[in-house]
Amino acid sequence: MIPTPLRRSLLLFLLILSIGSIFIASATGSVSLSWNEWILALQDSGSRHGELVWRLRLPRAIAAWVVGSMLAMSGCLMQVLLRNPLADPYVLGVSGGAAFATLVGMVFGIAVGFLPWLAILGALVSILIVFGLARGTGPWSGTRLLLTGVVTASGWAALISLVLSLSPDNSLRGMLFWLMGDLSYADLPFWAILVFAGSFILTLGLARSLNVLAMGETTARLLGEPTRHMLWLVYLLASVLTATAVSIAGSIGFVGLIVPHLMRLLVGSDHRILIPAATLFG
Amino acid sequence: MTSLACQSLDVSIAGKLICTQLDLQLAPGQFWGLLGPNGIGKTTLLKCMAGLSCPDTGRVLLENQAIEKLPRRAIARLLGMLQQHTVYLFDASVLETVLTGRHPHLDYWEREGPNDKQTALDALQAVDLEGFESRSVTGLSGGEARRLAFASLIVQEPAVLLLDEPTNHLDIKHQVRIMNLVEKQVQQMQHCALTALHDVNLAARYCSHILMLFGEGEWQAGPADEILNQANLERLYQCPVEPVQTSAGKRFLPGN
Repeated sequence: MIPTPLRRSLLLFLLILSIGSIFIASATGSVSLSWNEWILALQDSGSRHGELVWRLRLPRAIAAWVVGSMLAMSGCLMQVLLRNPLADPYVLGVSGGAAFATLVGMVFGIAVGFLPWLAILGALVSILIVFGLARGTGPWSGTRLLLTGVVTASGWAALISLVLSLSPDNSLRGMLFWLMGDLSYADLPFWAILVFAGSFILTLGLARSLNVLAMGETTARLLGEPTRHMLWLVYLLASVLTATAVSIAGSIGFVGLIVPHLMRLLVGSDHRILIPAATLFG
Repeated sequence: MTSLACQSLDVSIAGKLICTQLDLQLAPGQFWGLLGPNGIGKTTLLKCMAGLSCPDTGRVLLENQAIEKLPRRAIARLLGMLQQHTVYLFDASVLETVLTGRHPHLDYWEREGPNDKQTALDALQAVDLEGFESRSVTGLSGGEARRLAFASLIVQEPAVLLLDEPTNHLDIKHQVRIMNLVEKQVQQMQHCALTALHDVNLAARYCSHILMLFGEGEWQAGPADEILNQANLERLYQCPVEPVQTSAGKRFLPGN
């Protein structure tokens, strides 16, 4: 763990690193550009290279940046929610629900603009299933939620295979690519940035409550947290983030799981530092 | 002056009665001990009195208001509970963990200030955890984790303390240290405490009042010197008890 005074500089470093990564991503690709060409292209968006960089690469790079950040944030939230380091939106079936809904939308040829709404709907349905099944009569337990989540996730996976096997051959390839996590068609709609920024600010505001929640539901209640409301809010936030990410870039796992852990090793468990760190690193 | 009261409280768990028609008033300056055999429902009763679960009938009043009507945040500023088990899952530093006790006193965007930090450091010193500030909570021993949990409770500054076996995992030195701290809170600051204990002699040494849970809803409560006697203890633990007179007062040993 890094001592407290250094953590702020780490955040700054991550910020620079992540912005740098966007530029590097825009400079590399199948048409290789020299640095000079790249800088010229940045200055003149009308030129051939400029078009390539501004219209194609930068949007993709930024989309990747936002998707990664959203997944990382969502992973942080889920791990607190379930008090389980294994939790992430992929494992819990939220990604699965969003992906399934989007695929069904694709099969029926629903307009592209509506797909994100389907993703969010799928994610919410997934949450309702998980919470409904996990709650039963007893109190909420992280293990039960996690187990139900894993079961739901495999359910979605089966349904996704079903959709894929039933869908016409010509659209199959695109769907597969999208599922594997494809950014090549990704453009970043304005609302996704809004979702990202809004959740980021909200999550930062909740960070101290998250610290308390991470200590367990009873402890959190004794420290004055209305936990039921908080848990719903956190789950909802995490799901909207995941659904947005999925609708842009398909169901990418991993980022939501590993990034919070890497950052926890570096900066410790205080969510006031952890969330921005994970968001930037994502 | 904050006080906690139970009015004709019925509490049960899994169909088993813990207490029936319990009337209790924890007044400022009183140090209550809660005695009873394993599994009799001490923890469940404490949780109910902290407003974490609902009684079957009856009411719990915090400052003369029904506890279930108060928001958790308001409760947390007045009442704190030390749980029987503290499990630290995520890696955080000792100082960060103690500071979580300030949570109910801080606003939404507010960060802990120098005063909060000083309170936390004082609490760590009080429980003999000086120099542990930057240690990770996941690497603490059982006794250290216990003292850390108690320090967070002190930092929370509640006027009503509910303690579930605070001396668990502690050696004699630290048992006395923690009980002295509770006594100080009660006597100097006129707080009140209800403490579940298994050590009858700690209860005899520190508690001003005793609540005994016999099972099947039966209970007995009152000043310690009236309640703590051979007959009651033998009935309570179903085990022979031998009273001994010491220079500090009456104590009890397991008999034959």
